[in-house]
Amino acid sequence: MTARKTTRKTTKTARKAARKTVDSAGRTPEQLLEAYRQMVRIRAFEDNANELYLQAKMPGLTHMSSGQEASAVGVCEALDERDKITSTHRGHGHCVARGATFRPMFCELLGKEEGYCHGKGGSMHIADQENGNLGANAIVGGSTGIATGAAFSAKYLGTGGVAVCFLGDGALGQGILYEVMNMAALWKLPVIYACENNQYGEYTHIDEMLAGNMLERARAFGIEAEEVDGQDLLAVMAAADRAVARARAGEGATFLALKTYRYFGHHVGDINRSYYRTKEEEEHWKAERDPIPLFGEVLLERGIATAEELTAIGEAISREAEEAVEYALEAPYPPAEAARDHVYAS
Amino acid sequence: MPEITYRQAINDALAEEIERDENVFVMGEEVAQYNGAYKVTEGLYDRFGEDRIKDTPISEAGFIGMGIGASMLGLRPVMELMFWSFSYVAFDQIVNNAAMVRYMSGGLTHVPIVIRGPANGGTNVGATHSHTPENFMAHTPGLKVVCPATPYDAKGLLKTAIRDNDPVYVMENTLLYGNKGEVPTEEYTIPLGHAQVLREGRDVSLIGHGRSILTALEAAGHLAGEGIEAEVVDLRSLRPLDIDTVLASVARTHRVVLVDENKPFCGVSAQVSHMIQEEAFDELDAPIRRVTSLDAPAIYSDPLEREQLPNPRRIQEAVQQVLEDAPRAAG
Repeated sequence: MTARKTTRKTTKTARKAARKTVDSAGRTPEQLLEAYRQMVRIRAFEDNANELYLQAKMPGLTHMSSGQEASAVGVCEALDERDKITSTHRGHGHCVARGATFRPMFCELLGKEEGYCHGKGGSMHIADQENGNLGANAIVGGSTGIATGAAFSAKYLGTGGVAVCFLGDGALGQGILYEVMNMAALWKLPVIYACENNQYGEYTHIDEMLAGNMLERARAFGIEAEEVDGQDLLAVMAAADRAVARARAGEGATFLALKTYRYFGHHVGDINRSYYRTKEEEEHWKAERDPIPLFGEVLLERGIATAEELTAIGEAISREAEEAVEYALEAPYPPAEAARDHVYAS
Repeated sequence: MPEITYRQAINDALAEEIERDENVFVMGEEVAQYNGAYKVTEGLYDRFGEDRIKDTPISEAGFIGMGIGASMLGLRPVMELMFWSFSYVAFDQIVNNAAMVRYMSGGLTHVPIVIRGPANGGTNVGATHSHTPENFMAHTPGLKVVCPATPYDAKGLLKTAIRDNDPVYVMENTLLYGNKGEVPTEEYTIPLGHAQVLREGRDVSLIGHGRSILTALEAAGHLAGEGIEAEVVDLRSLRPLDIDTVLASVARTHRVVLVDENKPFCGVSAQVSHMIQEEAFDELDAPIRRVTSLDAPAIYSDPLEREQLPNPRRIQEAVQQVLEDAPRAAG
């Protein structure tokens, strides 16, 4: 099996899990291949961002989403140009999944003028309006109001658009989430709360922070709630398709609990994680549940791509990311006088 | 010119802007079917319907957060806070989202939201319901803050606020809602950042905003009876702040009493005082005096609260003090 070599640590269990997903979520082979590329792009972006930070070339604080690629891509692949997303402090993946490109993203992370936000947002506040990304929000739960307001505006203006609020399981502790879910349910707003349950809020396991069942919290408002394997791209896509269809049909909000795992720590500096989770647990998720090789297996088994093609995709994207990093490192900072720009519109 | 109440002036501004621009809508607690806790939105629900006048649950953080999101996509929400005191549960939205989104997006996203409601003490409702957070808000780059004192200003400033592409926070006053004043029937707006001299005088400048400036005007009337001519300057807009009109008044009178319903520590008048001494130190003949709310949480008991807030007697005493500090030339 050449596939084994090219899809990293794929194991028997992983292949079995991949085979279980028989549905293509209504996508063409090219769409499926593009979804695969998007996941690989996210991984490549994060690997390079992590490296920049470790080499002290990147300022501030950043949070890696490696391991969570399928939830970002699966949800965003269900959206079109009418739709909006809001993102979190762990938001690079959402930004890439919505169509952002490497150069302005790395420029933003490095505080450069050519960044998506002219270097004023950084990793935790990156936005890309042209692709419908209203922005990462570094306050946990901070974008839940914005996303629900985006859904309100879609309904008010009759655009047919849907708003996706990406949130982590940590945001389940914030009160505003329940305020806006209440209004979203009362007013049947076209919003999807895509909860990426990576099982850790900062440095604490969800079991120590979450009482009861998260699905029941949404259902208490009459919001449709669904638990999804967040490592299975096709499952995420199919669930997102159902949520989008419901929203566009005027049937209101959906809560998706996407169970996933973050490979890195809470932030890039969180290197010694043994006091809150085991190496064995991390290895299990990387070896058995990595969404990229899992989906690679599906593509191979369906004859959508060969192992060589998948390898080539990975190599091309790696080169693209490295080139973008080089570009961003050389790119100019904003001029000093830019500090006072953009405070007010007028 | 017809005389209408401050409440009606705001109601008219809302109605006119809702008619003018289909993206303008009103949202808040009890604004629709109940016609507003203070009846500011009276009749708007019947006239414009539930799409434009929207009742919300008691969820300030949630509905203001939603208003911000809606405004980022081109709508112009006018959010009513039953009291600005209730803004504190929505502080993250009001500061981190409304004020910061534009800057952090590199200027690519506008947040044309208006948040309005009363921000005042003096009604014996105790400390949690009597906050005047205009200083908190004006502290934050990205926010604009106006405090109209008259029906004319309330209408003109609110209409400008709704058309502005930045978040504008309008601080009203429950004690002013019933006040009447002249308001033209024809269309007008008032640009933000323009102070107004309400009364001219050569001996001392009384400078402030909101209901306090009306208190100052009353004190100026009493002072005139004692032969003291006080100039009264209404800031109207705190951010942007029209410091030029303030400095011109200081250059005429050389004595300053700042009148401010804020608490003294880091209050609006502390900022204005700093700006005056920095720009017009040589014009001052006496130290700047302030009449603010007494530095304690808002007091429930009626006679004590009357004393806690700026009142004509305390203003007159402060004026006497600056005149002792720098006596007028004889004759």
